[in-house]
Amino acid sequence: MTTKPLYQTPLLETPFHARTAPLNRVNEWSRWAGYATVDCFTDLPGEYFAIRHAATLFDVSPMVKYRIAGTDAERYMNRLLTRDVRKLKQGRVAYAIWCNDDGKVLDDGTVFRLGASEFLLNAQERHLAWLQDSAPGYDVTVEDVSESIAGLALQGPLSCTVLKAMELDGIADLKPFGIAEFDVAGTPLTVSRTGFTGDLGYELWIDPARALDLWDRLMEAGALHRLTPIGSQALNLARIEAGFIQTNADFVAADHAVRPTRQRSPFELGLDWLVDFDKGHFVGRRALLRERETGSRYRLVGLDIEGRKPAHDALIYHGKSRQVGMVTSAMWSPTAKRNIALATLDAAAADKAGGLWAEIYVNKEMKWEKTAARCRIVARPFFDPPRRRATPAPDY
Amino acid sequence: MKTHDVIVIGAGHNGLTAAAYLARAGLDVLVVERNPYIGGATVSRELHPGFTYSNCSYVSSLMRPEIMRDLDLPKYGLQVTPYNGGLTMTRDGDYLASYNDHDMNRRELARHSLRDAESYDRYSAEIMRQCRFIRPMLMKAPPDPASLRPRDLRGLLQMGRAFRDLGEAGMYDTIRFWTMSIADFLDQYFETELVKAHFAGSSIIGTGLGPRSPGSAYVLLHHYMGEVDGTIGAWGFARGGMGAISRSLAGALQAAGGEIRADAPVAHIIVNKGTAVGVALESGEEIRARAVVSNMDFKRTFLNAMDPRDLPKDFLKAARNFKIRGSSGKLNIALDGMPTFRGVPADCPALQGDLHVTDTIEDFERAYDDWKNGMWSRRPYVDLMIPSQLDPTMAPPGKHYMSIFVQYVPPKLADGPWTPEKRDAFGKTVIDMLSEYSPDLKDLILHMEVRTPHELEEEIGLTEGNIFQGELTMDQIMFNRPTPGYAQYRMPVKHLYMCGSSTHPGGGVMGAPGANAAREIIADMRAGRKA
Repeated sequence: MTTKPLYQTPLLETPFHARTAPLNRVNEWSRWAGYATVDCFTDLPGEYFAIRHAATLFDVSPMVKYRIAGTDAERYMNRLLTRDVRKLKQGRVAYAIWCNDDGKVLDDGTVFRLGASEFLLNAQERHLAWLQDSAPGYDVTVEDVSESIAGLALQGPLSCTVLKAMELDGIADLKPFGIAEFDVAGTPLTVSRTGFTGDLGYELWIDPARALDLWDRLMEAGALHRLTPIGSQALNLARIEAGFIQTNADFVAADHAVRPTRQRSPFELGLDWLVDFDKGHFVGRRALLRERETGSRYRLVGLDIEGRKPAHDALIYHGKSRQVGMVTSAMWSPTAKRNIALATLDAAAADKAGGLWAEIYVNKEMKWEKTAARCRIVARPFFDPPRRRATPAPDY
Repeated sequence: MKTHDVIVIGAGHNGLTAAAYLARAGLDVLVVERNPYIGGATVSRELHPGFTYSNCSYVSSLMRPEIMRDLDLPKYGLQVTPYNGGLTMTRDGDYLASYNDHDMNRRELARHSLRDAESYDRYSAEIMRQCRFIRPMLMKAPPDPASLRPRDLRGLLQMGRAFRDLGEAGMYDTIRFWTMSIADFLDQYFETELVKAHFAGSSIIGTGLGPRSPGSAYVLLHHYMGEVDGTIGAWGFARGGMGAISRSLAGALQAAGGEIRADAPVAHIIVNKGTAVGVALESGEEIRARAVVSNMDFKRTFLNAMDPRDLPKDFLKAARNFKIRGSSGKLNIALDGMPTFRGVPADCPALQGDLHVTDTIEDFERAYDDWKNGMWSRRPYVDLMIPSQLDPTMAPPGKHYMSIFVQYVPPKLADGPWTPEKRDAFGKTVIDMLSEYSPDLKDLILHMEVRTPHELEEEIGLTEGNIFQGELTMDQIMFNRPTPGYAQYRMPVKHLYMCGSSTHPGGGVMGAPGANAAREIIADMRAGRKA
């Protein structure tokens, strides 16, 4: 295959493109890290409900991935991440964030511990320069392996059933955040029990050259189990229900923020549980200790909003008059049957009980109307099925 | 002896809804149910190993979202998946499908008539106008036009305003819509027989009307005024079958401290000096309560479960004359695989929706004629669904559950009472007809449950097997339901209420009658406490 000049192919194709493109009957695509990603194959409700009722495939290949290896890999990772990486055992995955020196979040992602001195860092944004700049003094190599690993998210209550049909021995016993290796027709397949839907689910990682074969095997194994390819729109609904935040949707990556006030600390994103001050030094520790003393400016919260109109881009008021925040992600949750949102509020307003109102803008047949809807801060996730954590994983 | 605050008779979806609201208001609530299982006609049972049927009601749209949210039903297992469209197969091997995708839907209609494809959007807008008018009335007790009480006047004023907002033409259209036949209504929009037949089905389901009977247009609206997640008119499957709705309501009830006693059939409601004070079970046990709420239908409550001497003469007469004609049957089938349908590609997404084979209005009317003559339709209208295509919990992988709603089936046959042989012959009529459209259907059948109005009455307690607990005609809806003067859930005996589909806003798995009744009961109890 001759390589075309890049200006003729502004968007890259993922290793699964040959399968996803013909299935994308309505031709709805969006961009993700330079790749064309399916927005919606045909039917958004059908794709969304397949996540909650059946099994779904979502192409996560565009995810940015770094391989970090070397004798100092653990010490290095422990220095970068706010979590205690020493506690992360081999064959396990952890959700993690990393900050700049000011204690502001650069990105979130997952860390796979592949060996005693080998990690894989999956991220939304690109960090090679930052990772390399942090490396001097450590015996580590940092390598961008984004293009050498193809990924598929297999999510939904039937996801384990599909993998069982593909004869992955012992898959039902894989615990949440566990990693297992399989051999599929001579090709190594890595399966992690991870995902972005808050449901039972797995992510499958394979050599891009074998990607289409994996897709075909999954679709065949899933034929009797309602396996449905989904686009990013359906996934986004599931991730809001799961209460997960997304970089550059719910907050701005600190190193991209032009306005310093837009940067967010872990505390301001509700991620206090990811910060471990007892593990020794890590990037941003001093600033975060200071913030813990003096208090945070903002709180990211889950809201339950009265009425049925999704509060997209709604401003949040205290006592209907003083603006105290804004909604960053909103939807009517078909599964929780609630009008839910993620919002960033002024810390003082969030700490007060009650009195919050969302100003929601609704276009009713070409006429914009605004309504004030009472809202309540609620715990996340908005939907939390027991099957998400059950081991062995249930059949449906 | 313990006195409960409230006894609810019948653990159908409305009885459970009412009970859950009452329990959440802090009342001591007991639900008594005649069957060993709960749900009434909102029930799922495993009659063949590995298969779950929605034995009676089979799809969800009308269940009010306010109720799901108030009672936190998802927490107790409720999940509803909308399904994609549906189709009507023709006798000559073609079909007309509905799709959720607007462009697909238009092109499919255009395959049959370009004119009808364009008319469809105008037809939809008119149905939406009517939905906008009626939907705000669902979760309210209907105002009584003969009353001068402030709440009734307020309610009437609201209705009047909504009516006036329809505009001059809209007001005329609305009055005509509420009284006209679906055949006349569809004639205003469509030219193709198949298109008219495709849309007419919803207007006769569960009713003793034909498509040319005045009032059938309203029945269509009754099937369009629901929603799934804000999509008005959409229908869906409850994961795990319709019984999942009852189970979630029971979960909410029990979490609020309410109690359910199954296998506890009520012999009669105990009345003392014009006040309901409890129920007597068939076992002879008597249970006392400060209020009694009947989820049974109008006739069953007052003609079976009460001493006529405790009731006003005119009221008793109204109960006797209440129209509650059974008109439908149901087949539940365990299938060894997915059947094929003549002329319809196996991957057509509309197969996940409601399937039909009645392709002319004339055929509907002939099917109705059979019912009037005291026999089941020789070529009945069917509303056929295979919910296991979407819901993996209803059948083993690769196998399927088929639900067939059948119209028309009379409660009483001209040639004598229903017998198991006649029931099976009725089932055979349906399967034989469908085999013309699905040649492999017969060979895939592993188990089949056949239900006629007789079974619905015997098992569920629906008089004459009427699925709506009473016809949805103008003389029996809104302030006329179940009878004028008693539409606000209070009955002529003190502390006796009704909460079932015999009350406003009527049948379907809606929960609104139960929620509305609970609101009135709570208000009365609070007023009583103050007094």
